[in-house]
Amino acid sequence: MTIFEKMMAIDRRWVFLLLAVVVVGTYAVSFQIPIRINSEVRSIYEFVGKLQPGQIVYLGIDYDPSMQAELHPMAYAIMEHCFRKDLRIIFCTLSQYGSGMVDAAIHDITDSMKLDQTYHGVAYKGRELVNGVDYVFLGYKPYFILQILGMGQNFRLPFPIDYYGRPLDSLPIMNGVINYKQVACVIDLSGGNITDAWVSYGQGRFNFPLALGTTGVMAADYYPYLNSGQIFGLMGGLLGAAQYEQLADNPGPATDGMRIQVFAHIVIIAFIVVGNVGYFTSRRRRATEGR
Amino acid sequence: MKRQIPILLVLVFGLFMVFQYFVPHESSEWIYEYLLDWITIIGVFALVLGIWSLFRVNYDKLRQHKPDRGYSVVLLISLFATICFGFLAKVDGSWGLHFSTTEGLQSYMYRHAYEYVIRPIQSTIFSLLAFFIASAAYRAFRARNVLATLLLAAALILMLRFNPYLGPLGDYVSNAANWLLNVPNLAAKRAIVIGIGLGMVATALKVILGIERSYMGKG
Repeated sequence: MTIFEKMMAIDRRWVFLLLAVVVVGTYAVSFQIPIRINSEVRSIYEFVGKLQPGQIVYLGIDYDPSMQAELHPMAYAIMEHCFRKDLRIIFCTLSQYGSGMVDAAIHDITDSMKLDQTYHGVAYKGRELVNGVDYVFLGYKPYFILQILGMGQNFRLPFPIDYYGRPLDSLPIMNGVINYKQVACVIDLSGGNITDAWVSYGQGRFNFPLALGTTGVMAADYYPYLNSGQIFGLMGGLLGAAQYEQLADNPGPATDGMRIQVFAHIVIIAFIVVGNVGYFTSRRRRATEGR
Repeated sequence: MKRQIPILLVLVFGLFMVFQYFVPHESSEWIYEYLLDWITIIGVFALVLGIWSLFRVNYDKLRQHKPDRGYSVVLLISLFATICFGFLAKVDGSWGLHFSTTEGLQSYMYRHAYEYVIRPIQSTIFSLLAFFIASAAYRAFRARNVLATLLLAAALILMLRFNPYLGPLGDYVSNAANWLLNVPNLAAKRAIVIGIGLGMVATALKVILGIERSYMGKG
């Protein structure tokens, strides 16, 4: 076997090993990489930024722990941005393991909001977020299409009580909030077909402003909706989350993860190049040798 | 009658759901909400049926001493343990199965199973994907013909679009990536979405008009 043929048939364990070394190495070494912002993420940040204190954002945490690396940082960045602007959030999950994701995010963000912070040079005093006043967590119900349609009629139809067992009518945040008409926008973070349901059955029927956060591999599927104006913003994968963190001056796990992702991509590209160099050189040699 | 009644029900409710979309009257909304409740109730029965089917398939594997029955044991134990964890709660200082307390939603056992079993397992499996993608990309992305070369070039541009180490080339790569996403990708996706939409309408019409009857099974 020639060197070029070997280049085409590297044992996949070497691929795994090199990738593992790069991932662990870039994780261990702390450095920042510049992140370019694209317009589809900026439009979400600007939409949220223009909302008035007290307005309500519906945040759909429709993902399982398998997607938390990509989607959890988006949730954290949006939550912190909303709460910093004194917006109120309705949380809900239509994914079976999503309740734990929402619960963890609420705990972490309510803790971090207690601290004094400075973003874009503006100091924000720490404050205690009150469950039922600043936010409500509706909980989880199966059959996401039905729940999206049901909430369009009245949030109380699918969710008469919140995740903690309290009637929605007893919560100050839900006072006068019937359905999507009282919500400034819906931001759905999902890694599955729940995203399609939000576009078709949610925005399509009830016509509310909708933004999406999806996994990196899914993002390309939703550009038609962006172009048609059915969604006003789109965050794709860890990169989308990192861009939101940069815009909000709140670098977090996504910004950290970008250096790992960039170098992992470089390794993958290097292997693709090696494979193709081997392929073309072997082919040319075979042609010249008349095989 | 076994065939005509289901076809009639599908026709009536199918047509109602189509027309009520265009009728924002209070009574139409009321019936629509009522039907949504019905679908949820029927869905709960489907859930029970699903659990029963899962139990039955795995129980049969155990009974028949199939070679991979070990997985069935793990599945059945996990299934029943998770159900129990969901209802296990500490009320008035004592542990027990409670079916209507709010503590059940935040059960200590369920939360721990979630935090220390489900979450790490799911995250681990998904993160392994990165390694398989790397290996698959190395093997599959070969410029064997024009179409494969186009695919390879598109993949490289998209992977490199936010790479900060490209210097002045970075802007060109980024613009090329945006063009790829907003022109060829958009056109192809839009065609697929419209095609799927038309297919769904055609299938729905066939079901409503009783032409497509596979949902009734063989009978």
